[in-house]
Amino acid sequence: MSEWILTVITFLPLVGAFFLFLIKGEDEVVAQNARNVALWSTLVTFAASLVLLVEFDSSQSGFQFEITREWLGGNITYHMGVDGISILFVILTTFLTPLCILASWQSITTRVKEYMIAFLILETLMIGVFCALDLVLFYLFFEAGLIPMFIIIGVWGGARRVYASFKFFLYTLLGSVLLLIALIAMYVMAGTTDIPTLMAHQFPVDLQMWLWLAFFASFAVKLPMWPVHTWLPDAHVEAPTAGSVILAGILLKMGGYGFLRFSLPMFPIASDFFAPLIFTLSVVAVIYTSLVALMQEDMKKLIAYSSVAHMGFVTMGLFAGNLQGIQGGIFQMLSHGIISGALFLCVGVIYDRMHTREIDAYGGLVHRMPIYAGVFLLFTLGNVGLPGTSGFIGEITALLGVYQANNWVALFATTGVVLSAAYGLWLYRRVIFGALEKASLKTITDMNPREIAIFVPLIAATLYLGFYPAAVFDVTNASVENLIQHYTAALDAYQNVLLTAK
Amino acid sequence: MNSSEMISASFTLVLPEVFLSVGAMALLMLGVFRGDRATRLVSWLAVFLLFVAGVAVLQGPELRTLAFGGSFVVDPFGQFVKILMLIGVALCLIMSMNFIREEKFERFEFPVLIVLASLGMSMMISANDLISLYMGVELQSLSLYVLAAFNRDSLRSSEAGMKYFVLGALSSGLLLYGCSLIYGFTGTTNFDVLRETLIPGGLSIGLIFGLVFLLAGLAFKVSAVPFHMWTPDVYEGAPTPITALFSAAPKIAAMALLVRVLIWPFTDVALSAVPEWRQIIVALAMLSMVLGAFAAIGQSNIKRLMAYSSIGHMGFVLLGLAAGTQEGVRGVLVYLTIYLVMTVGVFACILSMRRREGMVEDIEELAGLSRNHPLMAFALMVLMFSLAGIPPLAGFFAKFYVLVAAVHEGLYTLAIVGVLASVVSAYYYLRIVKIMYFDEPAEPFLSPIGGEIRLILGASSLFLLFYVVFAFPLLGVTDLVARSLF
Repeated sequence: MSEWILTVITFLPLVGAFFLFLIKGEDEVVAQNARNVALWSTLVTFAASLVLLVEFDSSQSGFQFEITREWLGGNITYHMGVDGISILFVILTTFLTPLCILASWQSITTRVKEYMIAFLILETLMIGVFCALDLVLFYLFFEAGLIPMFIIIGVWGGARRVYASFKFFLYTLLGSVLLLIALIAMYVMAGTTDIPTLMAHQFPVDLQMWLWLAFFASFAVKLPMWPVHTWLPDAHVEAPTAGSVILAGILLKMGGYGFLRFSLPMFPIASDFFAPLIFTLSVVAVIYTSLVALMQEDMKKLIAYSSVAHMGFVTMGLFAGNLQGIQGGIFQMLSHGIISGALFLCVGVIYDRMHTREIDAYGGLVHRMPIYAGVFLLFTLGNVGLPGTSGFIGEITALLGVYQANNWVALFATTGVVLSAAYGLWLYRRVIFGALEKASLKTITDMNPREIAIFVPLIAATLYLGFYPAAVFDVTNASVENLIQHYTAALDAYQNVLLTAK
Repeated sequence: MNSSEMISASFTLVLPEVFLSVGAMALLMLGVFRGDRATRLVSWLAVFLLFVAGVAVLQGPELRTLAFGGSFVVDPFGQFVKILMLIGVALCLIMSMNFIREEKFERFEFPVLIVLASLGMSMMISANDLISLYMGVELQSLSLYVLAAFNRDSLRSSEAGMKYFVLGALSSGLLLYGCSLIYGFTGTTNFDVLRETLIPGGLSIGLIFGLVFLLAGLAFKVSAVPFHMWTPDVYEGAPTPITALFSAAPKIAAMALLVRVLIWPFTDVALSAVPEWRQIIVALAMLSMVLGAFAAIGQSNIKRLMAYSSIGHMGFVLLGLAAGTQEGVRGVLVYLTIYLVMTVGVFACILSMRRREGMVEDIEELAGLSRNHPLMAFALMVLMFSLAGIPPLAGFFAKFYVLVAAVHEGLYTLAIVGVLASVVSAYYYLRIVKIMYFDEPAEPFLSPIGGEIRLILGASSLFLLFYVVFAFPLLGVTDLVARSLF
């Protein structure tokens, strides 16, 4: 039973999608049924993933719930499993998807059935990315996710949706194909694509450099890191609200997860060698994109740039290569998944009412929407990194880790915290405070029960993780320690080789 | 064994070809006596004939066996490709039946010529001698020239046939010149003898000359750049089911021939030296992939677009051949199989693009297809993503295995050029998805598309969707088949 649980969780949404495919009848009825089927499929998936969390033994550092089956022959197998690092991303995915379905309840009115099918397929692929323990399988899920997201942006997106969807697809594909070549080179070298085996395999140093760069090309685009982040603002602005939530909440995390799962353990020497590059790009991302975010007039674009900045903390934390850096990076990814998702949902709430995301079109909302003002405040502050929210824990831990590795990087990165307060609070002031002068806003209504229901779990998660971060750290600890041990051992061995060579 | 026994033993080996040739004659007689009314009957009998030939292929020997003094070879490699080719021809023939009736050129020669072309292709696949190679190529080509111009009242169709004929004759000339040089420098036309005489000493300059001409002639048949010029025009001008046939069966047959010619006599498996022909194939592959990707961007006619797309795909197949290993040949076979399914599926879609005023071929006509014909749009989307090589669709695995073979042989540059070209080509495949899904609907197509076309379209998209689950059998079979060439 426990062998199959990951497979079940991964493909449950697909079963839902299959049933949706069969629904026929009047448009209205089909739409309502599609919403219900999608919601229940995702909720059941979430419940199943909670079982996974309960059964998970966090004292072990290895992979659990493993399943291996013959697939393509030649040592390419269907191998799934989770460890302390990946399990929380699975939970994040199953947690956010039902909220996205709920958020699309009324805002998606055309082709509801197809929309829900695309979302369920996307969920399967996202869970698969985090569970896959075979490189080919990973690549399959990683890349296939482009198809439903392309459709979601292109069909239900905003005015420039075609441009945004093409840019999203081709940009990410370009990064991924280099990963494909690297993957094949590894397969040819090691004779297997099994991830645990490859982690133990020592690749020659010069090859490590090339492989690292190829993986970097893919993950840096996905994450995204400056300067290959330009697809993200476009995709975010044009995607429907739920699409943005998934994009910011989960798809971006695949890049960070990729660094953690592949670059660090498989190419430790190259990771160490290229760490200054990562640090530089991350610092530039944190400062530059924060400044760019200050000047945005579109709310979604602002949050998109802030995402790039926050991902900068993640990358520098991961490549600091110490316990706090990596723990902080993981925590920051999870926390950002919740908070930025919530911020996009906040934008979605007023977008559904006013059909504009221009910051100038709003002002004084607190007078008509007090609940909304409160919710938005919480997540703005979470994004800024206020103590008591999960955003604070992620940033401070990552920065502590970075400080041990390189204190200049930490110094510059910390200015990003200040800048994020600047753009976050300024956005909040312009939208929520001030006098309610615009005629179109006079009749705006506060959040309805459905919308409140979406935000309650997000608020709970943000505060819970803010006050009790050990909930995450306890799960990840064993696996991260194991990773670091492995990483430093490889570096030490390489140092010894260099010394003896002299 | 006396000579009559040898001949009768040879005849049992060429049974599929005997069926095809005798059957074609019989169908011709039937057509002559019954006239054009019998076209439908002749077509179905031709499909049956192809089926019988397929069964006969499967009954063949399991080991490599020679016939007719070594000029004809029956081996698992040839059998596998023949089955692919026969399936491709049969599906195109089935798809053409309604088309030729509605386009008003329903003549009984049409199916007969298709059977003759498949006989030629079958000869090509089994050729083990330069003479039988040339015979097969010419029989195939002559039938196809006529088929390209079959709709003789259409200016474009006649032009396509003419163009194909002139350029095809030129390539046959190159091929023949290459054969004569090889014969002149070695004194033999037989592949087995060539293999024994060539391998120890490497290739002489004159022989390399011959090989280059031979490759140029064959590159024309698989439309590899820079011998691709005819492809877009002929694809656009020829009747659509014939375009489908062009892009499926002859490509497969010519590619198999190319593989056999290069691997069997000209590759030294034991010495594992880099074969002399590799740099030619590498250049052809690289140019084809890049041109196929860039030139298709500007196309608005879907048949022209498919022409460039097939050039790009042939480049990928050549990537597998460039490796020159058993792994590479397996990659080629997997690729050809999946390519056949994709091509047939796409042309089934193109054949359903019919309005009251006739067939339409502009890709803009697909606008909003997802509203008017959701299932057809879904199938075409699956096909497009598969052609673009996006996992989990079968097209990805096709590319994966040729890339593995190329990387294994250290052809990194070629592999990287290939995947970058595939990103560029993804753009135009995506454009079709965009037109179908993102754009406002155009006028719907005539609704009841033929049942057989619907079946082929459905089957091909299901194959591409679920290949990821059932990939193993094809891989196992192709592995065994590829081994027979080494």
